[in-house]
Amino acid sequence: MSDVAEKPVVETVTIEVDGISMDVPKGAMIIEATDRAGIHIPRFCYHPKLSIAANCRMCLVDVEKAPKPLPACATPVMDGMKVYTRSHRAVSAQQNVMEFLLINHPLDCPICDQGGECELQDISIGHGHSVSRYVDRKRSVKDENLGALISTEMTRCIHCTRCVRFLDEIAGTNELGGMGRGDHTFISTYVGRSIDSELSGNIIDLCPVGALTNKPFRFRARSWEMRAAPSISSHDAVGSNIVYHRQRGRILRAVPAANEAVNENWLSDRDRWGFHGIYSDDRITQPEMKNDRHWQKCGWPTAIKAAADTLSGVDASEIGFLVSAQNSNENLYSAQKLARSLGCHNIDHRIRQIDFVDDQSRVLTASLGGSIASLASADAILIIGANIRHDQPILGHRVRQASHAGAAISVINPYDYPHNFDLAAEVICKPSLMVSELAAVARSLGMTAKGALGKLIKDSRENEASTRIAKSLKSGERGRVLLGQNALGHANASALRALATLICQATGASYGELPAFANAAGAMMMGVLPHREAGMAVSSQRGQNVSEMINGSLKVIVIDGFEPTLDCLQAAGLQQALSQAEQVIVISPYVTDAIREVATLILPSLTFLETGGSLVNAAGQWQSRAAASKPDGDGKDSWKIYKVIADQLKLEGFDYQGIGDLREEISGLDVETVMGKIDPVITLPVVSADNTLELQCDYGMVSSDPIVRRSDHLQKTSHASLAAVRLNPLDAERLGVVREETVRLNGELLVAAIMDENQPEGSLGCPMGVEALSPLTAHVSVAVEADA
Amino acid sequence: MSGTETLTDLLSAETCEQIDAWVARFPEDRKRSAVIQSLMAAQEQNGGYLTTELMTAVALYLDIPPAWAYEVGSFYSLFHLKPTGRHKVAVCTNISCYLCGANELVTHIEKKLGISLGETTEDGRITLVQEEECLAGCVSAPMMIVNGHYHEHLTTDKVDQIIDSLE
Repeated sequence: MSDVAEKPVVETVTIEVDGISMDVPKGAMIIEATDRAGIHIPRFCYHPKLSIAANCRMCLVDVEKAPKPLPACATPVMDGMKVYTRSHRAVSAQQNVMEFLLINHPLDCPICDQGGECELQDISIGHGHSVSRYVDRKRSVKDENLGALISTEMTRCIHCTRCVRFLDEIAGTNELGGMGRGDHTFISTYVGRSIDSELSGNIIDLCPVGALTNKPFRFRARSWEMRAAPSISSHDAVGSNIVYHRQRGRILRAVPAANEAVNENWLSDRDRWGFHGIYSDDRITQPEMKNDRHWQKCGWPTAIKAAADTLSGVDASEIGFLVSAQNSNENLYSAQKLARSLGCHNIDHRIRQIDFVDDQSRVLTASLGGSIASLASADAILIIGANIRHDQPILGHRVRQASHAGAAISVINPYDYPHNFDLAAEVICKPSLMVSELAAVARSLGMTAKGALGKLIKDSRENEASTRIAKSLKSGERGRVLLGQNALGHANASALRALATLICQATGASYGELPAFANAAGAMMMGVLPHREAGMAVSSQRGQNVSEMINGSLKVIVIDGFEPTLDCLQAAGLQQALSQAEQVIVISPYVTDAIREVATLILPSLTFLETGGSLVNAAGQWQSRAAASKPDGDGKDSWKIYKVIADQLKLEGFDYQGIGDLREEISGLDVETVMGKIDPVITLPVVSADNTLELQCDYGMVSSDPIVRRSDHLQKTSHASLAAVRLNPLDAERLGVVREETVRLNGELLVAAIMDENQPEGSLGCPMGVEALSPLTAHVSVAVEADA
Repeated sequence: MSGTETLTDLLSAETCEQIDAWVARFPEDRKRSAVIQSLMAAQEQNGGYLTTELMTAVALYLDIPPAWAYEVGSFYSLFHLKPTGRHKVAVCTNISCYLCGANELVTHIEKKLGISLGETTEDGRITLVQEEECLAGCVSAPMMIVNGHYHEHLTTDKVDQIIDSLE
């Protein structure tokens, strides 16, 4: 499969703009030619990523032989065309349009958040009259509440419709429209609802005036008072390029940095507003030690000594390291280096995985199976177990692009997630059936295999959906199979992976995974795995994976960068393991009661916004960033913590002068590719008993990591996870549960339940990252009864 | 969206039939094209005006985003978003009719009925439609449209006669 689409031969025509001759692709609009040549034409409605509306008329230019000025955004170039952008006719047309646009604009710049970075202000100064001849009353437009993220002042709107077109064409949610007509036109949802697209924040960037502004940022600062800190966001596996704007060290807002190969010029709402989570009240600023059940603050030297004593006080095989892959390469590499220097191989980052039986036999990857941009040119995509729009919003957008280009998209999901693209086939079933449904696709392809995998395929039943999926992947030349959080965290993930690999082999599609954490690919390369060392080299000694550590009897457990009760798919088991361990060292930027309950030593670390580092996204792109914000308190980047512990223990190889030395060591790594076997080991699904429901866990868009869970603004949106389980109404009826009440699970836990037709029969939807529901993770299936 | 089914239930069997007939005239993936006629049918069913719920119901029935139905419903003067009287009187006030005295006619009707443009008489007899746009009857200006029928070359006497004949 080639990542780069073949470049067709481009026919060009020659035009002349302001006396400068240029060759331009045939069919291009004048504005595209002038933009490329660096000739500025004012515009409001035109945006290269959106359809052409030509409704603001700001880009009028003078074209020779044309009877009147023409809009540069909607006039295709023609051979020999002569365009004048600064002739008297062009300039006066632009001035007149500007005067019209300002007729109803309030000119309330001093109290407008857009002031200083406003296209209307800039263009009015550059291309407008200095006085307005309009003396009548200006109109005012009623504001709408679009939710917690977007602030409106619709009187300022100039009806460019960029926001409407973005939500129609890019986000695919069609939430805004141009209502009314003529001089009564207003942009609105009409029914007064919030905008719920996962990409909604982009309409703030697109709005050329102050009509749509950033609500959490409102009245906080002027654009010229802030410094820009370019960074890489780490809330999903895309690594969107982002710029944080900060004032006196504190981040006030985030805007996208354009990178066509990654996030284009878009940013997901999670990336845009996630940073608020670093200013939460539960940041820990100083190390804390548990002394006789009481927590005591202490200095770093004491804390480091305690950590070193703890780690050297037991046999290395009795220590376990669980490190979040939201960490940078530097942190991950240092963690495994410290562990392995101690002789400990029990290290893993896969806290959202349950099934590890294929560790030795599968291809180790945290890759999409191609570049991010190439996803948009796929012609057949099968998504297994992912709410791709919320899990990886930017990738969801690429899938939508592919769909628009004619790709056949299919899903096999344990919940009927709302999609913004058409589906060629859709299989919604309880988790255990996902395996047989995928096996049916393999069967439709006429595949056979040895052993358990072969039996799965033989026992499956071909159906209409499986035939359609098989056909689309087989006929496609650039097919993609993507496994998301519900597949990778599945109790039979090994079977799903093996079947997906087999299907890819049969159809030529490329196999890909959508890892939950930003740096999952980096974590593998850095060797944060029990059986692979840095550079993915096979480890001399196999350590324990996450499940083994949880079910074993480790004496010392080190947790880095996640909340044990919330971020681990086996939260209940981990909780148990931690309470049984003698010493638990938690390296975390936050401290909660839940952490204090299990930890014996807490070392304050920093979030990705306060540290530099490099990471590898799901497309294998290495990106690095500098710190965007100054931390309050005395937290340290975790690679430094590992280094000083190593120094304390007099371990060799940790004499870094700074992160540069560490980075150099990492860049010297020779990353091995690990080949998988054709006949992998798999686990077989266990069918649950009739009176129980299978647990279907998923992380919602704004509960996926410790930082976003603390972003108040994101938590105020409709995406916030509820502390309630989801139940299919048919199951509810069968189990005697009446609408919207609390249910008793496994005879003990009382939780709220909501009826949800999108939840497949036989399963119980369980939002993860919610404290009240964590105990549920101890089970695969749950007995549900109405609370009497 | 919950309650989706109950919303499309707002449309009567007859309205659905009319919508289906319009949908059938367009390519299968162009259901949006039927939105104007579908809203007309829904308005007819509802005694002359559209509610937000009805527009949403039409959108759901056509499987298009509700915003598209609101855009159309709020755009055309032939759609009414508030309860209307039994008869709709719409005097064209665009350029040709304006030059031929449409404004005087409007003032005359307003005085006669005791209501302003956009309002309905208390007895629910007549709605004077707000800001009717050009109805392509310039050649016989001034003109107005009453319940879908054109009345041209208007004079105050003629207008009185027409309006008095409305029950």
